[in-house]
Amino acid sequence: MLAVNFLLLAAVLFCIGVFGVIARRNAVMVLMSIELILNAVNLNLVAFALMNNNQEGQVFALYVIAIAAAEVGVGLAMVLMIYRNRKSIALDELSEMKG
Amino acid sequence: MLASLFAQATDWVAPTIDWHAIAPELVLVVGINIILLLDLSLADAKKWMLATLSGFVMLGALVPVVTLFVIGDDSRSMFGGRYVIDEYALVLKGFFLLVAYVVILMSQTELEEGGYYQGEFYVLMLCSVLGMVMMTSSRDLVSIFVALELLSIPAYMLAAWNKRNPKSNEAGMKYYLLGVFASAIMLYGMSLLFGATNSTLLTEIGATLVDGNLSGIEVVGVVFVISGFAFKISAVPFHTWAPDTYEGAPTPVTAFLSVASKAAGFVALVTIIYLAFPNASDVYQPFIWVLAALTMTVGNVLALRQTNIVRMLAYSSVSQGGFILMPLAFAGEANASGSALNAVVVYLLVYGFMNLGAFATVIAVSRKTRSGEISSFGGLFSYAPGMAVLVTMFFASLAGIPPLGGWFAKFNAFKAVLDAQSSWAYVLASIAAVNTVISAAYYMKVLRTVWMDEAPDGDTSPINTPSPIKAALGLTLVGTLVVGVYPQSVANFGDLEDLTGTTELVVVVDAGG
Repeated sequence: MLAVNFLLLAAVLFCIGVFGVIARRNAVMVLMSIELILNAVNLNLVAFALMNNNQEGQVFALYVIAIAAAEVGVGLAMVLMIYRNRKSIALDELSEMKG
Repeated sequence: MLASLFAQATDWVAPTIDWHAIAPELVLVVGINIILLLDLSLADAKKWMLATLSGFVMLGALVPVVTLFVIGDDSRSMFGGRYVIDEYALVLKGFFLLVAYVVILMSQTELEEGGYYQGEFYVLMLCSVLGMVMMTSSRDLVSIFVALELLSIPAYMLAAWNKRNPKSNEAGMKYYLLGVFASAIMLYGMSLLFGATNSTLLTEIGATLVDGNLSGIEVVGVVFVISGFAFKISAVPFHTWAPDTYEGAPTPVTAFLSVASKAAGFVALVTIIYLAFPNASDVYQPFIWVLAALTMTVGNVLALRQTNIVRMLAYSSVSQGGFILMPLAFAGEANASGSALNAVVVYLLVYGFMNLGAFATVIAVSRKTRSGEISSFGGLFSYAPGMAVLVTMFFASLAGIPPLGGWFAKFNAFKAVLDAQSSWAYVLASIAAVNTVISAAYYMKVLRTVWMDEAPDGDTSPINTPSPIKAALGLTLVGTLVVGVYPQSVANFGDLEDLTGTTELVVVVDAGG
């Protein structure tokens, strides 16, 4: 069935996103990787809604889109704040506290 | 497409809304808007009024919680069972509002003296509390997700509140990245659960999952959802953000995160486990068993070598989280299920009071010493005997020494685990017993400094504690003492019948399968 392809695509996107979060050191790239995961979720929800003929999945996807926008807004503001203080957004340099 | 939607619109019926049942949320929403508007027009010298007003909003929201509790006939359910106000929800709503009230008392002077943005601080904190209050009633994947984000997003900003301090930036950024990553993983799990069960309603998911017969998708969904919440409650190995965030954030915010935000994570976990996963215990029980054992042990061992008091309290709160998690590892056993729910709720209530109290003493003492090191507590007994006694009370309660509240909470958690009567339960209880001893070591280290050591800089001028912090200390002390001396006061709060009347659904499945 066609919807299965969407699920495969979503799984691939999810894996790329998780890899990006773990491997990238640039804060904006990490934010984009998180967006990839959230979009994998949206694809999943819409594909399942199609497979099960259930509107709830589409409604859920709308909520996810709206809240992901709010999250990224806060995240970019935080990246900007860190850039102003340190002139760098490399995450591995954020290590003042240890132990 | 649109035409078919309009055709359906005629048989759409507006859901009936029980205004009394959602009155606490409404009071909070109105309060948030009033404070936001007042903040625009208020002169800087009068900003302190916002703190008082936020306190009144919390107490105002507490009024309908109390009236609902007094009427207390049966659970009120709205939106097709997606939003339920029952005993469990009411007890925890009251708890979150009280905790937030105490945190406002603690942060008032800190904000005024630090020159922080006061109006925005209270607005964001109230938003976060609104999310927690919603979380207690949410019985649907969508509403749980929305409540979780509503309580998390303001908390990310609060952690980075001291925006010119690189440490606070780092705290906020780490909390944000790991928090968002965790909620993305959780959402992926939720989407798989939705796909496998064709519903977002927790009780319907619970009725579809059948133990021993779970498909791969369902197992992955269950594990991802629990992992997502494990970040929120800072369970090992998902705890790495907690110490850094707690140390870098302003101390009142740390108190808020370590009590309220963590409790909200537990509330969501309990709701999901009891409603959606009652028949997936083969999957979640071993997972939570491992998480609980690791969380207690790693948190304690790392807390032993800390020299900064806030960082030590951060690791101590990680390990306390392990104790709260412990009974949930047996939530699916028939003879331990009820006492596990009771133990988690009681532990959360007690932990809230004693941990907030410990943070309040840290704030009060560090106002004078200007230091976060444990050694700066030296000589406290000689110049502030009252504060020394308070520190002793709260830390002894955290260590679980009778007759203080922490003792009863730990006792209840052990009882719930032993009720399961399996060899796995006895092993976990032994691990927990060893950990109780380890934790006593670092709590006692602080008490030794307070009672035995000299003041490090020889400064023995008395402590000047502002009245809001005194009030916070008083409230938390009463909570800690009353529970310890008279445990029945909260034991009944934890004695909840069932979360939603779901037991019927589960029985139907058992009969069919």
